[in-house]
Amino acid sequence: MLALMTVVPLTLLGLLERQPSHGYDLKRDYDAFFGRGKPLPFGQVYSTLGRLARDGKVTGGDAEPGAGPDRKRYAITEAGAREFDAWLTEPIEPEPHLQTVLFSKVVLALMLGRPAEAYLDTQRTAHIQRMRELTEIKRSGSLMDTLLADHGLFHLEADLRWIDVTSARLDALAEMVRNS
Amino acid sequence: MTTLDVQGGRLSPGAIIEARDVYRSFGQTQALAGASLAVQRGEILAVMGPSGSGKSTLLHCLAGIFPPDKGEIWFDGQRLDKLSDTRRTELRRTAFGFVFQFGQLVPELTVADNIALPLLLNRVHRKAAYAKADAWLPRLGLDGLGGRRTGELSGGQAQRVALARAVVAQPKLLFADEPTGSLDTLTGEMVMELLVGVAREEGTTVVLVTHDARVAAYADREVQVRDGKVINRADAEVEVSR
Repeated sequence: MLALMTVVPLTLLGLLERQPSHGYDLKRDYDAFFGRGKPLPFGQVYSTLGRLARDGKVTGGDAEPGAGPDRKRYAITEAGAREFDAWLTEPIEPEPHLQTVLFSKVVLALMLGRPAEAYLDTQRTAHIQRMRELTEIKRSGSLMDTLLADHGLFHLEADLRWIDVTSARLDALAEMVRNS
Repeated sequence: MTTLDVQGGRLSPGAIIEARDVYRSFGQTQALAGASLAVQRGEILAVMGPSGSGKSTLLHCLAGIFPPDKGEIWFDGQRLDKLSDTRRTELRRTAFGFVFQFGQLVPELTVADNIALPLLLNRVHRKAAYAKADAWLPRLGLDGLGGRRTGELSGGQAQRVALARAVVAQPKLLFADEPTGSLDTLTGEMVMELLVGVAREEGTTVVLVTHDARVAAYADREVQVRDGKVINRADAEVEVSR
């Protein structure tokens, strides 16, 4: 849940990096690519955009005439683009259940023509580094340490399998994202 | 023999073995397509990659088993790929050790016979060869099994014998191709513990081919092979965002 709360503003920034958009369009695209049966409430879209505008990461522009709750066209600022780029390019701290964030990064990277495979490779390296640390704990620790490290290792291994399979399917995913 | 840097046309600094822009195909299948890799002396390196990526072919080229179609293999200051078959075979017997997924032991021979075999092939006196082989039994938890035929061993015991056979001649380099691939998780861990422990104690460099991240986590470093190339991004220092 924490990962989802963090990833929504960054995902909206990524969608805005593609092109300036209205809140409605952002919600539609978010739901289509990342919603997975859990649409983003309009209220959360606008409150997130409001916070991003307050922090200087997007600009709201003037309201345009038309139906709907908010006809402002939002655009990403340089500060917003920097934050998004930093998030996209850096691996996440390896821990179990990262698929939501990794999936968002991969889709956004493909959408923006960024090197998704390189991001997956970097994340793979970060995961194996963490597995190396846990393996060292196993080699030098007690049985309790070993069992706890094993739990982490098996979950990280599952993430790595997902990274490998996604890496193998990037071409198909890129085509799907381009054609959506 | 001197070891010069890569600009001088020889090994990279600190490297014991290096593949440079290596190509190798089997019929129409291009297994390696410009693979380059330097392994540091004393390092335990994991070579990872999907099935068919070329990682085992890279190991076989580094070990001088397959000559590359193009490119260079340097070992300890000399061009391995330029050596005669006889000299490469001799080098594999004296400087390299091998552990494969299935131990490839001689089932009709005893544990001690199998371990002593590389020494006997290197013309070490029989008594000395068997003394050395026997000394490895307790180190690898094989006490009392010296006289048993290897066909009667469990998978984990067989891999420990394979490890002893691989290191008994004190090779500079140990090549391991999916050494735990046929073992269950705990037995595999035990074999990796022993392999890494022996390599550290003996100062042996290890090139470990595996598709298993849990096995790769025993290594100092890992590289990815994809479409016949070594992906250098895996070498990059990783800054983790929190």
